[in-house]
Parts: sequence; C-alpha cells; structure tokens
Amino acid sequence: MTDIVIKNLSKRYGELLVLDGFSAHFAGGKTTCVMGRSGCGKTTLLRLLLGLERADGGKITGVPARCSAVFQEDRLCPEFSAIENVRIAAPRRTGEEIRATLSALLLDGEAQEKPVSELSGGMRRRVAIARALLAEGELLLMDEPFKGLDEATRDAVLAYVKRATAGRTVILVTHDEAEAKALAAPILYLGEL
Amino acid sequence: MISTMSVKDKTLRAVKVGSSFAVAIAVWQIAAMAIGHTVLLASPVEVLVRLLGLLFEKETYSVLFYSLTRILLGFFLGLVVGSAAAVVASRFEIVKNLLFPYMITVRSVPVASFIVLALVWLEAAELSTFISFLIVLPVIYNSLLGALEAMDRVLDEMAMVFHLSLWHRMRYVWIPQIRAALLASCSTAVGLAWKSGVAAELIGLADGSIGDELYSAKLYLDTPTLFAWTVLIVAASLASEKLIVWLLRLALTKRRAHA
Repeated sequence: MTDIVIKNLSKRYGELLVLDGFSAHFAGGKTTCVMGRSGCGKTTLLRLLLGLERADGGKITGVPARCSAVFQEDRLCPEFSAIENVRIAAPRRTGEEIRATLSALLLDGEAQEKPVSELSGGMRRRVAIARALLAEGELLLMDEPFKGLDEATRDAVLAYVKRATAGRTVILVTHDEAEAKALAAPILYLGEL
Repeated sequence: MISTMSVKDKTLRAVKVGSSFAVAIAVWQIAAMAIGHTVLLASPVEVLVRLLGLLFEKETYSVLFYSLTRILLGFFLGLVVGSAAAVVASRFEIVKNLLFPYMITVRSVPVASFIVLALVWLEAAELSTFISFLIVLPVIYNSLLGALEAMDRVLDEMAMVFHLSLWHRMRYVWIPQIRAALLASCSTAVGLAWKSGVAAELIGLADGSIGDELYSAKLYLDTPTLFAWTVLIVAASLASEKLIVWLLRLALTKRRAHA
C-alpha cells in the first residue's frame, strides 16, 4: 500500500481560503482520523483526494486510481433498495456478500429490499457505509460516517468497520475523538497544523 | 382504508366528470334544436349517427392509419431529437446558446406559417410528420433541459467516484430524476402533434388523410361528418397519448432486481 503524501496544498473558494499550505502524510494500509473545527477544510481535503475539486496549489501523491467514499451526505439512489445501491458501486460482489455486509451493519431482511427512501436516516447511513466498504478502491475516505447513528448501533458499526478495513488505507473525518480511539487510529488535527 | 377512500374518490370524480359531459351534451342538443340547421350546428344525435356510420366503413381505418403513422412518426422523431439535444445542451453551454434561437423560433412562430413554408419544400404526404416533429421538438427539449439542469449533482459525483457505467448512471441516477418531466412533456406533446399534424394535412390536402376528410366535409357543408371526424381525432389523440405514456412509464420505471 502506497503512502499518501500531501505537500503545501491550498484551496480557495472565492475569497475564502480553506486550505493554506497544508501538508500531511497518511500511512498506506492504516486508518487515520482527521479532526478539526467546522469549516477548517476537512471535507475539502477529502474532495481534493477524490478528485472532485482542483487544488489551487500544492501536490498530492499516492492516491490510487480507484477510491471509495462515504460522503458527508448519504448520496444514495432513493427509489432503489439497499442491495441495489451497494451493487451498482460494487458490481463484482455477490449478492451473499452484499447481504452479509448489510446484516453486519444491522440492516436485515426487509430493510435490505425496501427503497432506501423508506429507510430511517441511520439506516441510510449504514447503506452508504456498506457501499463504501464493498466498492473497489485501495483508499477509503469517510466523511463523518457515523453521524446520525445511536450509540449502540454506532459502536457495533464502528467495530465492524474496524475489522472490514484492516489493511486498507482509510482517512476518516470525525468530530468525535471516541471514534478515533475505538478505531485505534492516529488523529490529525487539521486546523492546528 | 386509504385504498377504499381512493376508489371512492375516483368514483365520485368519474360521476362529476360524467355529469358535466352529460350537461354539456344536453346544452349542445338544445342549441342545435334552437338553431334548427344542421349545417350551422349538427346535433349530438346526428354526430353519433355519422360516427357510427364512419366506424362501419373500412376506409375510415385506412384514413386513421395514414394520419396516425405519420403524426406519431413526427412525435417520435421530436422525442428522440429533442431528448438528445437537451442532453447535449445540458452538458455544453455553447450548444444550449446555439440552439436557443431555433427553439424560441419554433415555439413562437404560428404553426400555419410553418405549414405553408414547409409546403414549398415537402410533399403533402410528408408534411404532417415534419410539422408534428417541429411542434414536439421544443416541448420535449425545454422540459427535459429544465429537468436535467435541476438534477442533483451530488449523485453525479457519487457516480463518478464509484466509476458507475453509463448504463447504471442512466438507470439509477438520471432517469429517476427526469422521468416525471419527460412523461408530462410527452403527454402534452402527443396532443400537440395531433393538432398540428391534422392542421398540416388539411392545409396541405394530403390525399387519404384525416385532414383531407375534414376538408371534404367543409367543402360539402357536411357538419355531422366534420364533427364525427373531430371526435375520432380526439379519441385517437387520447388513445395514443395514454399508450405512449404507459409504455414510457413502463420502460423508465425501475423494476426490482434481485441480488
């Protein structure tokens, strides 16, 4: 697994300078949590890594051709089921694998078959997590993936994510230090660099 | 409970609509009796008798088939070209700007002007197809372009990140977001295609067309036949609209796939 190296990254939206000469090193095959106050550029950093934004300056190296992501919003196709939403992003996975992953994320039976628009916010979040876990991509970027989950569900999902991402490069944005602890991941404080 | 209420509501609505039509036909009958001249206003009974007569004539169906195939060909050409143009225009601003004068012209110029102009270029038999196409094109284009521009871009980003195939992007991301607009515009466009297509046949005097039949009825002051053909046009227009929208909905609505 290649390390991801960021040097002097800058990004500006109009007058607003979001990232100013940001540098970091993310170890390949490990999970790193990114924390920082709201608006400090965490989501922008993930968008730059995903190629959804163009940097104004600086350099990113080591990003593989295929990445997977849990976006800040669920970004699911509302009239399709959890299984279909996962399958379009992970076409090489079998139905059994998809069902097993959804079950491991506490989405069982009918919840797997219903259109996701009929699921609760927490359920949809878990579908988005399942999709990201099963999609191809050496690099997995997760933007507040456990947002909206109750404590018990969050702990179970966290434990599963930790197991399922072992050996994969993961960059996870969070506001909760407990999540980083549960994942046994180093924390990079974005605003303080 | 909800479905029972829904059936009840539908029945109530059907009764209301049926009553309105019954009253309208009664008013029509009274007016025809008051005028007392078939040429000026044929009565509903006379029209019904003529309509039944037409339905038993073999030639009626060949006339209907002639107009239906040409008008619907124009509609489908307008649907395909309008959709393709909208997709390209939604992606490339320059295409949208270049198409704007054409679309606004086609939308604003009276259909009669186009018919007369097209008569110079085309045979009468081809006229209804061309005019239907021309009328349908901006309706589909504008509606679809609006829907495409209003699409949620975050799902496009998702599709890009997960490398969704073009087919999956269409089926899962784009079609669900444009389906309602496309069905509504098709529903409107079929009616417009029929109106403009028959007008083109009438002005172009296309042999063996509905427009030709209307012209003959006018020439011989045969008002019941004129009305009877009008009823057939409305029926054909409604039937083709329902069928096309049903087929499109069937094609564009998701079918559950099993893992």
